[in-house]
Order: sequence, then structure tokens, then C-alpha cells
Amino acid sequence: MKELMLGNKAFARGLYEAGCCFVSSYPGTPSTEITEEAVKYDEIYCEWAPNEKVALEAAFGASLAGRRAFCGMKHVGLNVAADPLYTMSYTGVNGGLVIAVADDPGMHSSQNEQDSRHHAIASKVPMLEPSDSAETLAFVKIAFELSEQFDTPVIIRMCTRVSHSQSIVEAGERTVPEQIPYEKNIAKYVMMPGNAKKRHPVVEERTKKLAQWAESAPVNRVEMGGTDIGVITSSTSYQYVKEVFGDRVSILKLGMSNPLPEKLIRDFASKVKKLVVAEEMDPVFENYCRQLGLEVSGKDLLPMCGEFSQNMIAECLGEKLYEGKALDDPIPPRPPAMCSGCPHRGLFYTLKKNKVTCLGDIGCYTLGAAAPLSSVDTTLCMGASVSAIHGFIKMQDPETARHTVAVIGDSTFMHSGMTGLANIAYNMSNSTVIILDNSITGMTGHQQNPTTGYNIKGDPAGKIDLEALCRAMGFERVRVVDPYNLSECDSVIREELNVDAPSVIISRRPCALLKYVKHKAPLKVNPDKCVGCRACMQIACPSISFRDKKAVVDATQCVGCGVCSQLCRFGAYESTAKED
Amino acid sequence: METKNVMIVGVGGQGSLLASKLLGQLLLQQGYDVKVSEVHGMSQRGGSVVTYVRFGDHVSSPVIDRGTSDYIVSFELLEAARWLPWLKEDGQIVTNTQQIDPMPVIMGAAEYPENLVEKMRAAGAKVDALDCLSLASQAGTAKAVNLVLMGRLSHYFDMPEEEWLAAIEKIVPPRFLEINRRAFALGRNA
Repeated sequence: MKELMLGNKAFARGLYEAGCCFVSSYPGTPSTEITEEAVKYDEIYCEWAPNEKVALEAAFGASLAGRRAFCGMKHVGLNVAADPLYTMSYTGVNGGLVIAVADDPGMHSSQNEQDSRHHAIASKVPMLEPSDSAETLAFVKIAFELSEQFDTPVIIRMCTRVSHSQSIVEAGERTVPEQIPYEKNIAKYVMMPGNAKKRHPVVEERTKKLAQWAESAPVNRVEMGGTDIGVITSSTSYQYVKEVFGDRVSILKLGMSNPLPEKLIRDFASKVKKLVVAEEMDPVFENYCRQLGLEVSGKDLLPMCGEFSQNMIAECLGEKLYEGKALDDPIPPRPPAMCSGCPHRGLFYTLKKNKVTCLGDIGCYTLGAAAPLSSVDTTLCMGASVSAIHGFIKMQDPETARHTVAVIGDSTFMHSGMTGLANIAYNMSNSTVIILDNSITGMTGHQQNPTTGYNIKGDPAGKIDLEALCRAMGFERVRVVDPYNLSECDSVIREELNVDAPSVIISRRPCALLKYVKHKAPLKVNPDKCVGCRACMQIACPSISFRDKKAVVDATQCVGCGVCSQLCRFGAYESTAKED
Repeated sequence: METKNVMIVGVGGQGSLLASKLLGQLLLQQGYDVKVSEVHGMSQRGGSVVTYVRFGDHVSSPVIDRGTSDYIVSFELLEAARWLPWLKEDGQIVTNTQQIDPMPVIMGAAEYPENLVEKMRAAGAKVDALDCLSLASQAGTAKAVNLVLMGRLSHYFDMPEEEWLAAIEKIVPPRFLEINRRAFALGRNA
């Protein structure tokens, strides 16, 4: 049956049909739904791991046990998982092992725009790149076969527009290969120098064989059309090229971006007058063509930054297009903002009030950097807040150091904040680390994590006690505050900043969007009491706006958290709850 | 058939994903090639969001560019104006008249432009503006704005109403079916 399927859902369908038995991933936009959809198949064991490195190593273990295994992540996640990846390339696999890495050209929800093809090349691991949902499903099956045939992990590179676009897919049946018995093989699996030296040539030989396979593999295809221009492309860029030119140009569509098929590329180049490479982000194919001595255009025409579209490609190749009509009025931007009732709001307000330097991290709370809270000073990568505050405090003058905190979410803390905390405990800096515990992984759409007490299916699971964990690391000062209570937050943060000891403050309140969270009746503003001082506007709540010089609450959005009312000196905020 | 483009725009959290799901289901039923492109992640947090729906005999790109959209369906008035440049010449806008202040307006750093419907019309766009929030509440829940808008859009599509209702039945959980049918009808017949 034909159905419309999200690229990520088609990926999960591919895992199901290919007989994948084990999935371990860490959520990250735009990769998250692969695992969220996979868990809907009871035949596949699925889990959220604390981070991508752990997830990939777990998947390696499952492969070693002889089952087809999968691990999914976003592009920056592969940096975290790079360590096992590069050596897994040497050991090879037992059961097929497939890795999804989802790049985010245009940075819809990411902190950088890195091109994961570099990881495939550097780790010498084959990489496939589908261009829509149907190809995604098909490529997953091919990837498992390649993995077992060539004894290698295989990466499938997704991107935002393939992961988060729906297109038509025809689902098939599941076939599960026999479990491959695990056999002890020290020379293959123990990568100490003596063994690794023997494995490296195996990897180089494998790459040659894979390049040979790529020459005639169905994943790479030539679509001959007009021969004035020949375009080498892949992934979603292929769709844009096809949209603009149809068969006016010839296309070499690469479904495998590592290793590349030399002969196929040379043959294609010889059949067209002008060779152009259309690839988002870095000039990987283009540089390869140059290495072959081919005359080629690419980044001289098309941008290195941001994502492509059909119009962009058409314009860069010299076509004039209708621009559309804009209004003369400036349209105010609508940046993302913390939700109404977001527990992070009260905490960031307190940090701003105390004029602290705040080393931030990755999650919804990165929005604490947005005006008017403007409380976050840095955002680098998962866990960097906790590690960086230590170095900052060691080198900063004592007065500034005393006014510095790190903030990190519960899931991010589990991901890679714990090791930074170990450094603070071990090398002794008077750091104040605030764990924003909203009892869920928020930004990626509510995934469970080791602190929530539930697994990916929502069933009860192991629960890590944050207070006990911090104490076990040697933190004597572990405080818990409710971020809805501004005076409590204020006094605890001041105390901990002023004490000569490292401390952890856990700001605990579940995400207001969680289904089990009971909301209070919305508040309303009594216009007779409101003097229009705008004190309540400092917290940038989307439920509060100003009309006729008075605050008004949007009752459809307000969840009654009451943070605004604590800022009002005139008692203008009143509950709409019916009094008994 | 030449590919047709529909953009669904609004504020993160307004329910545009259900609208695009419905439209995708309908077009699939009709035997078209369909692509739908969504936005997930950070911009969902109260930011400006857009979903692209494209259909025809064969659709390649999943995205819609400036000056090429046949329809823009907007959950919020300012968002209709923001995406106006994406409308093609003589394209149709179907918009909710609800206004949600973005953060710069809430903070007093910018103003919400006035008379947007008239201004968009003056710029040459065909604009069908409707108080979808009231109609949704009339249907039984303020959350059904998406179905009111889809009902209104159906007015411009040359497709039998039964096809839309069949698609709604496939997409919406049974316990919300009645309310969503009502919302759809209110939009369609407004």
C-alpha cells in the first residue's frame, strides 16, 4: 500500500523490514523520529542511551552478538560518537551495523552546519545518501547488506529536508536474518597496536572494493538529458536540480558519497560540455573531481553556507525568477521563545537580576540568551557549560568568578555534564552548577532520559538520583529549588555564589508541556490595580502583552505559573479560579 | 498536471502539523504525487513555522520558493504577511484573522502592523480572511482552528467534499471526529 511517510519514519520502516533487532540512539533534531518510529515496532528492541558514544558502542555490542543493529544521531552527535566509529571501522562488525547521521544545512535547530561526509571519509566508512522517503527505506536495507558483505559499519547521511519531508513510500515485509554466532577473534576485535596494524590494510583494501562496488551499484545512477550541462549531485540537492532542469541537463545522482566511483564520474564528465557539482555545505564531490583533474564548477557558483532550494540553484545558474511581493511595512520577527509556564523562565530572571555570567548549554534553555532575559553568555556543545565554568573560574578574577554559574538541563547533564562535574570535584574550583531539571528532554520533543524514571516506551525504568550522584562525586552543597518560587531561587543562588565551596543547585519543575503536568487556572490582570510599570514584562512571557498601557493575559496560553504575579508590587495579577 | 504549491504558516504550537497531514492524506487519496516538508525542533517553540505541501503528476523538491505558492493558508495574520512574498501572482491567501504578538511586539521593540488584510489586498493578493478562532470555538474547541482553515481551503479546491471528509476520518482520532467535522463545515461554508 502506498502511503505518505516522513523520511525518518521511512528509515524506521527500513530498519523493520531489514530485520534490525536493536536500536540505541540519542535524540537530536532532525534525527529523532527515526528512533521514535522504530520503537513502535515491538519486534525491535529500542532505547535512548545517555549519549551518542554510548549508543553507538551499545549498537556495536548488539552487532557483535550477531544481530542487525542501528544507532541514530544528529550531525554533532557523530562528533561524540566519532571515537568508537573510527576504530569500529578497523574491527568491522558481526551482525550488520547501520548508523544514521542527520545533517542540518541552514541550521534549523543546530549550533553549527558541519558536513558529516568528512567523518565518513576520515573514518573510511561507507556512506549512503538518500534523497526522499522511498529511497531512505530502500537504502537502509542496502546498508545492512553492505555492512555484512564488506564487514564494516555503514553510515546513512540524512539531512533536514529528507528527514522531515513526507513523500510516497510502499512498505514491504520484514525478514530477519539468522543470528550470526559470536566467535572470539582477538586479532579482529582487540585493537591494540599489533592487531590494529594488521587491520588497517584490511580497511584500505575494503575501501577499494567498495569503490569498485560503487561503480555499478544501483544507488548511483546517471540520468542523461541535455549534455550542455552535467550535474553531479546527491540527497535533497538532487531534487532541487531535477525541479529546475528536469531533463534539460544530465545528472549523475550519487547515492553513495563515500567511497566515490572514479570511473563513473570520469565517464559522465566526458559526456557533457560543462560539469557542475551541486552539493550543500562543503565541496566534497567537487574537490574529488578536481583531484581527478576534471574541470568542474561548484562553489564558484553555489554557496557554501545555508541550504539550497530550486530557486537558489536556478538563480545561481543564471535564471531570472519572479521575486514575489512584500509589504512596505516592516514585519516584526517572531523568534522562538520559552513557552508560557516554562520552568526555566523564573530561574533565568533570577540570574539576570543577580547580574551573573552564565555559561550555557544545549537545550530549550539556550533560549535564555534571547532578549529581554539575555542571561546566557555561551553555548558551545553538549556539556560544555560544566567543563568551561571550571576553566573560567580558575583564570578569572575572584570577584567575577564569584558571579558565575553554569546551567545545564537534566538530559544534557546525563549526556556529558557528569564528566565536567567530576573535573570540578577533582581539580577543585568553586563552581556553581545549576541543573535545570525539567524531568524530560525538552527541545527534541519530550524524550525520556536516565533521570526521568521511564524508558523510551514510557515504562518504568532505572532512575538516577541527581542529588545522590552529585554528593557521591564529593559535592557537599547540593540544593534544590523550585524555579516558580522567585524569592527561594534568589536566596539560594546568592548563598551558593558567596560560599567558598563548589555547589550544585537543582532547579526542579517538570516541563509545562508534559501531559501529566496539571495547570492552574490562568491569571488575569485587574486593570484598576495595574499601573503600567512593566515590571512583569521583564520575564518575556508569551501570555502577557501590553494594551492601552496595561498588562493583559492571554487566557488561552497562560498556565497559571504565577511568576509574573511575584514581580507585581501592586497585586494586579489575580487568579481566575472560582473560589469555593 | 503542473505541480501545485500550498504553504501552511503559523506560530509554533498552533496545530499546523495536523493540517498538513490532512492535506497530504487527501492528495494521496486523489492519486497525486505528494511531498510535505515540515519544521521540527527549536523553531517550534512559539516561533514562525511553515509547512510546504506540493502535489502534481511528479514532485521533485519538497520546498516552496518565493513567488511560487498557489495558496498560503495562515493560522495568524502577521504570518500571512510575513510569507506574502512566497505567493505567486494571482495566488490565494486563506488566513485566520487572529493576531498573536511576537516577542519584539510584546517587549515594545516593534509594532504589530495595522490593517494587514487591506494592505495585502492592495499588494495584489487575493485574501480570504476569517475569524477561525470563533468558528472553532463554535464547533466545540479553540484547538480546531486547523480544521476550520482546511474547510475554508476546500472551498478553493476542485474536489468533492466527501473526499475531504474521508481524509479527516483517516487522520483524526475517533473521539475528536465529530468536533473536527463541525469545524471543517463551519470553515467551508463561512
